[in-house]
Amino acid sequence: MSESASRNLSDAPVRTVSARPSLRGRLTNLWQRRELLGQLIVSDIRVKYKGSALGLFWSMLAPAMNLAIYFLVFSVFLKNGIPNFVIYLFSGLVVWNMFFNAVIGSTTVVIARAGLVKKVSFPREILALSTVGATVVYFFVQLFVLGLFLVVLGHQPAWSYLPLLPIAFVTLYLLSAAISVLMSGITVYMRDMAHLVEVLLQLTFWLTPVVYSYENTISPALARHGLSWLYFINPMTPLVMTFQRIFYGATNVTSLTTGKVLHVLPQWSMAHYWVVNLILLGLVGFFYLAAEYLFGRLETNFESEL
Amino acid sequence: MVNTIEVIGVNKDFVIHHERHQSLKERLLHPGTGSSEKFRALENISFAIGAGETVGILGHNGSGKSTLLKTICGVLAPTSGEIKLRGNLAALLELGAGFQPELSGRENVYLYGAMLGLKRREVAAIFDEIVEFSEIGQFIDTQVKFYSSGMYVRLAFAVAVNVNPDILVVDEVLAVGDERFQAKCMDRIMRFQQEGRTILLVTHNADQVRRLCSRAIVLNRGLLVADGPTGESLKTFRDYLHADESSPNAAASDHIQIISVTTPSGSFDVRTGAGMHFDVGVQSAHAYAGHFFMELYSRGGELISRSDASSSPVQLTPGANSIGIDIAQMPLLDGVYDVNLAIVDELGQNVMAWSEKAATIQVSYDGREQGIVEIAPTITQL
Repeated sequence: MSESASRNLSDAPVRTVSARPSLRGRLTNLWQRRELLGQLIVSDIRVKYKGSALGLFWSMLAPAMNLAIYFLVFSVFLKNGIPNFVIYLFSGLVVWNMFFNAVIGSTTVVIARAGLVKKVSFPREILALSTVGATVVYFFVQLFVLGLFLVVLGHQPAWSYLPLLPIAFVTLYLLSAAISVLMSGITVYMRDMAHLVEVLLQLTFWLTPVVYSYENTISPALARHGLSWLYFINPMTPLVMTFQRIFYGATNVTSLTTGKVLHVLPQWSMAHYWVVNLILLGLVGFFYLAAEYLFGRLETNFESEL
Repeated sequence: MVNTIEVIGVNKDFVIHHERHQSLKERLLHPGTGSSEKFRALENISFAIGAGETVGILGHNGSGKSTLLKTICGVLAPTSGEIKLRGNLAALLELGAGFQPELSGRENVYLYGAMLGLKRREVAAIFDEIVEFSEIGQFIDTQVKFYSSGMYVRLAFAVAVNVNPDILVVDEVLAVGDERFQAKCMDRIMRFQQEGRTILLVTHNADQVRRLCSRAIVLNRGLLVADGPTGESLKTFRDYLHADESSPNAAASDHIQIISVTTPSGSFDVRTGAGMHFDVGVQSAHAYAGHFFMELYSRGGELISRSDASSSPVQLTPGANSIGIDIAQMPLLDGVYDVNLAIVDELGQNVMAWSEKAATIQVSYDGREQGIVEIAPTITQL
């Protein structure tokens, strides 16, 4: 930062602003601005809870309500008979909450920060990524609370499946990021996309085995027609199942209501989980690159659309 | 000399929607409709700026100068062509655009620093300097939404100039804060010049360019129409100003021209304290009642004097007119001064004719006073 540094520019790196930077260029640029991403995440969280006495607590209130309601409806009223259903429910909700909040939050983020986008130079996808980043923070807070639940209820997770957690988390992050980045760009051109996204997310929620057990409900019916694959097109399904496998632990339990054996989770081997998760990670990684590329195409005309 | 900014064949198109279909519903209901049109904001712009140069970019509204600036700063991607930048760049575009109103000044300094590409500890190192320069004082921990607009831009300016950029891009923001703060900003920019940093000043204020820049680039309707020494570029700039005049007087302005400036002796040399007379030849197509004024500039680009137009009415008749300028006593000390002449309309709003550097006068001085004007004080001991 000295004066001599500013004069001796002959060996300073040359930055090129070109019509369409390559994907590699985009990613390098993104990596170089990771500091900004970090600061935006912190400021996002700060802004959200500025002037509220309870701070982060609010971010826990909505998930806690959801958890309580789903538990009441499915376990108490509908008597699904799954023991320690709250653990099953929570391990899926943790995953869903992150995905949902990331996508919902990012959809309008570029429009909301139009002033910034039109005046300051930075990789625009950082806006969506910072929203996703903030949900990551809430994710870990919820994961911690899930841990407390396990301890309090004395529930044993499947320790041997724990190494799957980082992979499943990275996949969840990349999936949320890819959809968030893509949606933040598309919404600039189609403002009512936000409503459609909301509806689609709701649909996806019920297509994901969070509040019910797939194995225990629709699996036999779909399998009879050879349509099981249809259910697994939704990438959230294997992700949620992995989290449930890790934290809920058991695949077969004894029903609290009928006393019969319930197949809560698919009868997959550990190897099967690894394969599914690694393939999914690969696919989602590719999807993220595609989203970056598409966003690059979309952002060229932000100026006149915002 | 190393080039810090290289603009190579840059084009920028904008899509202008005549009927916007900005929702999914509308797009589905009216596929293919909604006419849009391409508008070329920049056309094949190329130039290079070397390290340590201060270059002004001049242009009227809609000339493309802001688009060019945004492209250089990386806010906009060019449609084709590319820009190479060497060293880090700080832009004073819209000051404070990156601020989050809910956050405190302190948090915003760090955030804005990160937007300019600084690491947190780098911002921490210059944090005190920033606060001192901005004169925000104890309000640094107050939420920015409670700041006055002056405080807002002062803080933003302070961050941008204290991050030690190699290239500083300034967009008409020197009108920041009160006069004292403006002087401080100007000071800082001049210090940047001395330190050999590259400065790009975008404005339609010719005085500012004359004062700070040795070179100026003029844009008109997306085309680069001049690139050269400030004086010459300003001349082109004025020419286009007249050509673009869309006021009702536009027709008149085309037909009034300052064509000659002479002195009775034929020489533009004058001694301090002596009188001076100019004869100005003006060609007019119509009868026109306007006002006349002259400007004197030092070679450093500083405005020495601009005469009062409202007290100098002129009645032009069709054909050749002659206007005399008398200076009873030249108060200037020795030096070379440039003279600009202009005819404006009665309200002083529209320039009808302009002659940049109509004459250059050389003043010589025999006395011993120093500075720019002769005061000749009488000192007596009482």
